Amino acid sequence: MPGVHFSEIQTAACIFFLLLAPLAGAGLALINAGLGRTRNAAHSMMAALCVISVAACVWFICGRAFLGYGGGLAHFVTVGHKPWDWLGAEPWFFRGLPLSGVAKLPQNAPPLFLIAWFGILAAGLAGLIPLGSGADRWRLAAVCASTALLAGITFPLFAHWTWGGGFLAQLGMNYGLGRGYLDAGGAGPIHVVGGLTALAITWIVGPRRGKYTSDGMPMAIPGHNAVLVLFGCMVAFVGWLGLNSAGAMLFAGLDPDRTPLIAVNTLLGASSAALATAVITRLRFGKPDASLTANGWVGGLVASSAACAFITPAEVVIAGLVTAALVTYSVELLDLRLEVDDPGGGISVHAVGGIWGVLVVGLFGRLEAGGAGQLLAQAVGIATLVGFVLPFTYALNLLLNRIMPQRVAVEGEHQGMDLYELGAGAYPEFVTHTDEFMR
Amino acid sequence: MKVAGFLLLLAGWVLVLAAIALLGAAGPRAAFLLAGLGVELLGLVLAARSHLTAKKEDEA
Repeated sequence: MPGVHFSEIQTAACIFFLLLAPLAGAGLALINAGLGRTRNAAHSMMAALCVISVAACVWFICGRAFLGYGGGLAHFVTVGHKPWDWLGAEPWFFRGLPLSGVAKLPQNAPPLFLIAWFGILAAGLAGLIPLGSGADRWRLAAVCASTALLAGITFPLFAHWTWGGGFLAQLGMNYGLGRGYLDAGGAGPIHVVGGLTALAITWIVGPRRGKYTSDGMPMAIPGHNAVLVLFGCMVAFVGWLGLNSAGAMLFAGLDPDRTPLIAVNTLLGASSAALATAVITRLRFGKPDASLTANGWVGGLVASSAACAFITPAEVVIAGLVTAALVTYSVELLDLRLEVDDPGGGISVHAVGGIWGVLVVGLFGRLEAGGAGQLLAQAVGIATLVGFVLPFTYALNLLLNRIMPQRVAVEGEHQGMDLYELGAGAYPEFVTHTDEFMR
Repeated sequence: MKVAGFLLLLAGWVLVLAAIALLGAAGPRAAFLLAGLGVELLGLVLAARSHLTAKKEDEA
C-alpha cells in the first residue's frame, strides 16, 4: 500500500462507497437473525448492534493505531537484513487524524481518515461473522468481550500485515513474490479472520442442545425466517459494492474508473455462486434449499472480495461456481462429520469462501508483476491465516472463556435467549410451542 | 491432542515463513511452502478430531 495518495475525485468517490458499506453489516445481521430460532431473534439483532458498537469503540481506542498505514509508524523485526513490519504504531484514540477539513489537506496526502473509517466498518463486519455461528447459545456479555478482542487485536494485526504495509504486503518488495499479498476488498482480514474466529467460538461453546443425538446424528434445526435471510442477502450485496470499491481504491491504489468492473464482478460472483448452490441442492435433495442458496450468495460475495478489481467477469463466474461447491460441501462436512454446529454457516461462507477468494487473486489476477510469485504470496497469506490466526483467536477466546463463560446456562437455552437475557421476545404475540421448552 | 493440533498449525506457519526468508530459488521455496501448508492441514485435522473426542468424553 505505500504510495497510495488520493485526488479530490478519488476522495469523493471513496466517501460515497463508504456510505454504502454499513449495509453489508445490516445484511449479515438479518441473515444471522433469520437463520436462528424464533426465541432468539431479538437477542441476535441486539447482539449485532452491540458487536458494531463495541467494534467501533475498540477501533477508536487502539484498532486504528495497530492497523496503521503503508509508510506510517510501525514496529519492525529484522530477518536476514530485511525489515519485517509486524504491527502499526500510530497514536491511539484517533489522535492526529484529520477527520474534517478534507479539502484543506495537502495535495497527495495519504487518505488516513478514509482508512480509519473503512477500518471501523470492517472491524464491525468481521465481528458479526462469529455471531451467526454462536447463535442460540452465546451469551451477550461474552459476545461483547470476544468482539473487543477481535476488533482490538486479531483483526488489526492481520489487517496491518495486509493493508498497513506489514510483512505480507512487503513480500513482493522483500522477496520478489509478485506484488506481495494482495487483498483489495478484505477476503482475508475481514472474512477469513471472522470465519476462523467463528470456528473457534463453535468449538468452545459446543453445539446447541438437541442438535446431535447420542450417536452423533445431526438433527435439523431450520432457521425461523427465510424472508429475513434472503432480504439480508440483497441488502448485503449493496454493502459489498461499497466495501469492494472503497477497498480497491484505498488499498490497491485503483482509480474510480475501475468501479464498473468491481460492481459487475461482485454481482456476477454472488449470482453464479447462488445459482450453482441452488442447482447442487436441487440435484442432491430434490428441491433448491433457500438457506444454503443464501449461503452460496454470500459465499460468492466473499470470494469476489479479494480479486474483484483484478479479474475478468468470466473468471469471477468460474470462481463463483467453485465457491458454491466449496460452501455446500463444507457445510455438510462440518455438520455431519465434524459435529460443528454453525447455524449461520459463517465458517463455510466466510472462512472457506474467503480462503478460496484469496487464492483467486494468485490464480487469475491480472497484475503487472504477478505470475507464480503472486500465487506464492497469496499462499503465504493463507498459511498465516490458518497457521497463526486460528490458534491465536482460539487461545484468546479460550482464555476469555475461563474468565467469563461464553455459553449460556441450560435454563437460558431452554427458555430462549430473548427471555433469558433480554426479558422480552421478538414476537410476543406468537404462541410458544411446548416442545421448545421440553427439548 | 488438541494442543498438538494447534502446535502443528503454528509449526506449519513457521515452516512457510522460513521457506520464504531462507530459500532464494523458486522451486525449493514452493516445495517447502507446500510442505508447510501440508503440516497445517494435519494440524487442522487433529484439532477438529480432538474436539470430537473431547465432546464424547464429556458425554460419557
